[in-house]
Amino acid sequence: MPLSILIAVLLTASAFAFYLGRGRAVAVAGGHVRNLHSLPSHYGAYVALWCALPAFGILAFWLVVEPAAIESFVVAGLPPEAANLPPDRLALLLNDIRNLADRGLVAGSGDQTVMAGAEHYLSLQRLGSTALTVIAIVLAMAGVAVGWRFVSPELRARNSVERTITAILVASSTIAIFTTIGIVLSLLFEAARFFNTVPVTEFLFGLEWSPQTAIREDQVGASGKFGAVPIFAGTMLISAIAMTVAVPIGLLSAIYMAEYAAPRVRSVIKPLLEILAGIPTVVYGFFAALTVAPFLRDNGSLLGLDVASESALAAGLVMGIMIVPFVSSISDDVITAVPKSLREGSLGLGATKSETIKKVVLPAALPGIVGGILLAVSRAIGETMIVVMAAGLAANLTANPLQAVTTVTVQIVTLLVGDQEFDSPKTLAAFALGLTLFCVTLVLNVYALFIVRKYREKYD
Amino acid sequence: MAALEMTTPDAAGNRPPKFSTKNVNVFYGEKQALFDVELDIVENQVTSLIGPSGCGKSTYLRCLNRMNDVVEECRVDGSILLDGHNIYDRSVDVVQLRAEVGMVFQKPNPFPKSIFDNVAYGPRIHGLTSNRAELVELVESSLIRAGLYEEVKDRLDNPGTSLSGGQQQRLCIARAIAVQPEVILMDEPCSALDPIATARIEELIDELRENFTIIIVTHSMQQAARVSQRTAFFHLGKLVEVGDTEMIFTTPQDQRTQDYITGRFG
Repeated sequence: MPLSILIAVLLTASAFAFYLGRGRAVAVAGGHVRNLHSLPSHYGAYVALWCALPAFGILAFWLVVEPAAIESFVVAGLPPEAANLPPDRLALLLNDIRNLADRGLVAGSGDQTVMAGAEHYLSLQRLGSTALTVIAIVLAMAGVAVGWRFVSPELRARNSVERTITAILVASSTIAIFTTIGIVLSLLFEAARFFNTVPVTEFLFGLEWSPQTAIREDQVGASGKFGAVPIFAGTMLISAIAMTVAVPIGLLSAIYMAEYAAPRVRSVIKPLLEILAGIPTVVYGFFAALTVAPFLRDNGSLLGLDVASESALAAGLVMGIMIVPFVSSISDDVITAVPKSLREGSLGLGATKSETIKKVVLPAALPGIVGGILLAVSRAIGETMIVVMAAGLAANLTANPLQAVTTVTVQIVTLLVGDQEFDSPKTLAAFALGLTLFCVTLVLNVYALFIVRKYREKYD
Repeated sequence: MAALEMTTPDAAGNRPPKFSTKNVNVFYGEKQALFDVELDIVENQVTSLIGPSGCGKSTYLRCLNRMNDVVEECRVDGSILLDGHNIYDRSVDVVQLRAEVGMVFQKPNPFPKSIFDNVAYGPRIHGLTSNRAELVELVESSLIRAGLYEEVKDRLDNPGTSLSGGQQQRLCIARAIAVQPEVILMDEPCSALDPIATARIEELIDELRENFTIIIVTHSMQQAARVSQRTAFFHLGKLVEVGDTEMIFTTPQDQRTQDYITGRFG
């Protein structure tokens, strides 16, 4: 039975179990629902959980262990000379077997060992699938029976059901947390492998970045230099340009929206600004590469400036526009959250509106605004698409915004795009870069959230 | 409608009213909040405005320094004369008006600044002092008059929000005094305070009467009786009765006033 049908069957069975349990509860109470500890639907849910949880538990368990189990059986069934192959050759052989089995057995394709292995593999898979179906359905039935027998007026069905639901909720949230931990760990381990070949100090303080390593011993011109300073400098340069654009525009538009705009104007402008946040970054990317960069180059040459066709300025400007809604929307929120009593207090002393905003509203909103700006910075640092398309690949160590620079995210992309071998420092460098980037944005985000929270405590 | 004839003491030697309001109608959009209010406020006295919630007493108070300008859709008709000049006249500068008519709000609202900067806020925006020494002196004298100086003199650099509720409200009064207004409007200044802090503020109001004309909105009839010389009773947007506090609380002329002060409604 295919997995999807099995799941459907189990769900249907649980639904039936619900009605069975509810009916049973009413029956044992002799028709008087008041005699029951919980509502009849709680008893229904109780029996349904008895039906569903064990069956789905075994299902999940099987899906996790199935590949490894089948593989070990197949290896055990191989002829001795194949089973005693060195591990990497054995892995290749298993791969062949799996491919053949997945494509369907075609007589005469491949050698005898592979054919036999594939047949074994398929039969094991069929057996496993049948066993799973039978076991799951039997467990579901048994669950219904157990739950049904437990139903009595004294059974605290509501408490059990609610405890189980809490457990399911906790499990869901832990899955998200464990995924994050998994990602961080994989970054850590791969980065550790990179730092085995390239010293940490060279990576963090080296001034030259050219990640091309020799594939063959006799290759020339590709020595591999892994000094990350130029690309972090590039990231900082572009982020700085972006923030120079985003902070004034975002903040001033937020002040206008929160303090001056009539409600009708505000109801138009705010969604329009938020549309900016909805534009896919790849669209910003080609806007930067095809419109802004040539524009800057042409006008730069008119002024006698030598602007590279892919310049930090073009990428930074467009990224700044992209971040404007971030800054403006968070600033708007915190400015609106400043209590009206403070504004009235200031106006009541004879301050004008602009004095009130400058001297009372903005200082009160400042921590929140700073938090919002820090979040925007971490967004700018992590932004990829715009810089991939508009900033260039050359790892120049420069503070000149008219030259091409490269960023951490761009380098990660170029290091991993295409066919790669995953044991060379070149590819592993991507993980080291990713880890460093992760640390930087993590610190920024934690600090920003800390500031925002501190601010909230003050006025709520 | 700017009535410009200067008010002079009448034959009996009574001082001219500080505020003289006639036919004041206030609308919030379509809804009328005040109907033909006619009320004179006597200088250097405490006038209290009492009445059930929503009766228009706060609305009336906020007309006197044009704080209603901030509220959109709010329209004020009629004549409100301060020392004989209509404050809703085109030539009137709202900033100047609010410097003359200060306000203390229901909830203490110190700015997120130091105690010193809170009090110095008004003098700074109006350019009242020409150097630091004068400013310090003005801030200290305002704090002294608000009865707060002894409690905060060693921590003028602490944030104003670090004070207790009652202290914050006295800080707000000091802030209003520092602008050197002639009138102080108080919108239920004690409703967020405990009885001890309330007693302290009431004492202060009585002291301030010497130098300022004070108009106070209050829900507490005991408070009105304790601090004010004149009392005005509002009901459903209309001024029902106004007179000496003692008279209002002992021999009210109107049945509604009688009912309200004896607690039959409100």
